[in-house]
Amino acid sequence: MSAVVAEHDDHHDHHDHGPAKGLLRWVITTNHKDIGTLYLVFALAMFFVGGAMAMVIRAELFEPGMQFVNPQFFNSMTTMHALVMVFGAVMPAFVGLANWMIPMMIGAPDMALPRMNNMSFWLLVAGVLLLASTLFMEGGAPAGGWTLYPPLILQTGKALPFAVFAVHLLGISSIMGAINIVATIFNMRAPGMTLMKMPMFVWTWLITGFLLISIMPVFAGSVTMLLTDKFFHTSFFDAAGGGDPVLYQHIFWFFGHPEVYVMILPTFGVASTIIPVFARKPLFGYSSMVYATASIAFLSFIVWAHHMFTVGMPIAGELYFMYATMLIAIPTGVKVFNWTATMWKGSMTFETPMLFSIAFVVLFTMGGFTGLMMSVAPVDFQYHDTYFIVAHFHYTLVPASVFILMAAGYFWLPKWTGHMYDEKIGKLHFWLSVISVNVLFFPQHFLGLAGMPRRIPDYAVQFADWNMISSIGGFIFGASQLLFLYIVIKTVKGGTGETVTDEVWEDASKHSLEWTLSSPPPYHSFTTPPTVIPTEHI
Amino acid sequence: MSTSNAYYIPQKATWPVVATGGLMMMLAGFANYLNGSAAGSIWMLLGLAVFIVMVAGWFTLQAAESESGMYSAQVGVSYRMGMMWFIFSEIIFFAVFFGALWYTRNLSVPWLGGEGAKAATKELLWPTFEAIWPTNGPGKVGGDFESMGAWGIPFLNTLILLTSGVSCTWAHHGLLAKNRDQLIKGLMATVGLGLLFVSFQAFEYHEAYTDMGLTLGSGIYGSTFFMLTGFHGFHVCVGAIMLSVVLFRSWKGHFSPENHFAFEAAAWYWHFVDVVWLGLFIFVYVI
Repeated sequence: MSAVVAEHDDHHDHHDHGPAKGLLRWVITTNHKDIGTLYLVFALAMFFVGGAMAMVIRAELFEPGMQFVNPQFFNSMTTMHALVMVFGAVMPAFVGLANWMIPMMIGAPDMALPRMNNMSFWLLVAGVLLLASTLFMEGGAPAGGWTLYPPLILQTGKALPFAVFAVHLLGISSIMGAINIVATIFNMRAPGMTLMKMPMFVWTWLITGFLLISIMPVFAGSVTMLLTDKFFHTSFFDAAGGGDPVLYQHIFWFFGHPEVYVMILPTFGVASTIIPVFARKPLFGYSSMVYATASIAFLSFIVWAHHMFTVGMPIAGELYFMYATMLIAIPTGVKVFNWTATMWKGSMTFETPMLFSIAFVVLFTMGGFTGLMMSVAPVDFQYHDTYFIVAHFHYTLVPASVFILMAAGYFWLPKWTGHMYDEKIGKLHFWLSVISVNVLFFPQHFLGLAGMPRRIPDYAVQFADWNMISSIGGFIFGASQLLFLYIVIKTVKGGTGETVTDEVWEDASKHSLEWTLSSPPPYHSFTTPPTVIPTEHI
Repeated sequence: MSTSNAYYIPQKATWPVVATGGLMMMLAGFANYLNGSAAGSIWMLLGLAVFIVMVAGWFTLQAAESESGMYSAQVGVSYRMGMMWFIFSEIIFFAVFFGALWYTRNLSVPWLGGEGAKAATKELLWPTFEAIWPTNGPGKVGGDFESMGAWGIPFLNTLILLTSGVSCTWAHHGLLAKNRDQLIKGLMATVGLGLLFVSFQAFEYHEAYTDMGLTLGSGIYGSTFFMLTGFHGFHVCVGAIMLSVVLFRSWKGHFSPENHFAFEAAAWYWHFVDVVWLGLFIFVYVI
């Protein structure tokens, strides 16, 4: 790894180092920053598409009785909201951050496989287009829930093969993206950037990359079986032919459980990056953070059936999956402890990225605790398929993953654009979000414990009050996110006009390499490898 | 030849969008075809054509860049990692279908036959069903069938694939020793054995459908049998195409003992296909 240089050798004719001109630049780009930008913009767009679907759901649930949409369309909304948010918004947003940040953080000129990087992005767009097209089809979009359980999902109309192929394309896209990230981290680090000096964000993405390569083919296999069961007379999920619908659930959740960690591990990575900078201290327990991340990833493969406690598993299975699931609380607890200890006696300041990160630590912990409650198999019989589950995973996804994505946006936008965002509006966005997200999701715990089932457009009147409060929270939360859009556009166009230094945040360059580059950074990050490796994050 | 020590970053990538367009056309066409649209199959074939043109174009570009010495050793490491993890993802894909076979044979079929504490299905729905593998389930889905024996064509095919693994390694030794004749002969033998394997498998499928009543619709046995062997057969074809491209490039004088990533990648893929077959032979045919 003596020469990590982006320059071309004599055999190559082009010597232009800037981007191509015009719109075509974005279609044929191989540049990690361009592709990162594409991913982030696409993810933000999908965040609003999925968010609009959530607004339909909350509007329908505002009062008991049928209000705006028919039950079929309501169920399509819950299904598509989940698929769009998971595969269109949160995952691509983190891949976008990986593209932008990993080469800069490890001192590389670009990603290891630049052409494949381009293909990962466009396959994502193709997959989401196929999926979105089902909204306009005879029989409507898939409405059996994002888990696509048979036999229900096999009753889908014309949308079924499109949904299956969308999953295939999204899977190929994710695998390619993950391979690229793993190869970049293993092969492109600057001299001196040993594994245990890498920023936590890079570590979490390395482990997430392994998860993705290991699970996306599983999802692809399970939907392939759905397709052949529907169109080619196979009997994988049909008891009459010797198959078993529960087999689908096992395969799906063998994918599905690591999948939710694909969304949370990079979240941990960004939080571990931001908190030390604003606490002005090194990250507490760096190596324990690395080992905790790896432990969580390992455990994610051996706990899947805790999503299926009520399906009728043998009692030994129930017990095993219950205890194995509880184990996850240990490495997760290590992480929460370490973030708290990082802030302990730090000289903290509370800029918008830090506010979102602190809210993440608190609210994610709550989502974690409800997870622990549900891991107890006997009580899960009460929680299963109720709004308690909805509240749980939304706490781990919205005020966790999404908040951290917002934090990442505020944290790195000045680096990416060279402009400062408006701190006042940023803080307004934070406070509106953090209050409304709790108004939105906290009452859903009560609804679930009282027995309100998920994925139903109508409900008994006893649930009316909390649903109305939840919907009001939802509308405020949804509207508040428009502030973020406004801030992003304004910052890209020049921001507050303040001059942004290279390190943007005080002493940030002691934590990670990207702050040693100019703001905005040059088109090719490190044309010569950096000589000094920052270690303040360790 | 690695004449440059800079990490090569291409200025642009035109093939990925073509690939995406082709794939999308192919899959949207296939989906329309499954939904009963006549135009679907045409779009599918068009998409396939675009995809084939893309593969040819992209690989020609890569080969030309490689031969002109634009790839440093570090670039080679990236490619090797990429191929390695791609094969890993393929192994997982096969593992799903092996897992489905394991689950149905050891759990769902015995449960249907009355094993376990929750065996009400047998009493209530299918009291006469006996859990004996191979089975097409209590509903006798797909009608009577014979299961596929192991020691005829499948055993022959095992020997063929194992031999092709040897000939592939022999070709690699030829490449390393700069013995181009041995390289080309070894590759020709490997591709030939691969095609022989696929032909035998086609014959076996024909037998199954015409004489044995065994089809993809023959309950869970037919489903797992044809999906596992079918996906494997498809991968043998892909591997044979890869090796043919490597053979063609060897003819043109490409590759040196230091720089022959394409050969290595195709050979790894071939060995992967070989190992999956051994798994199939044991778990689908013998046991």
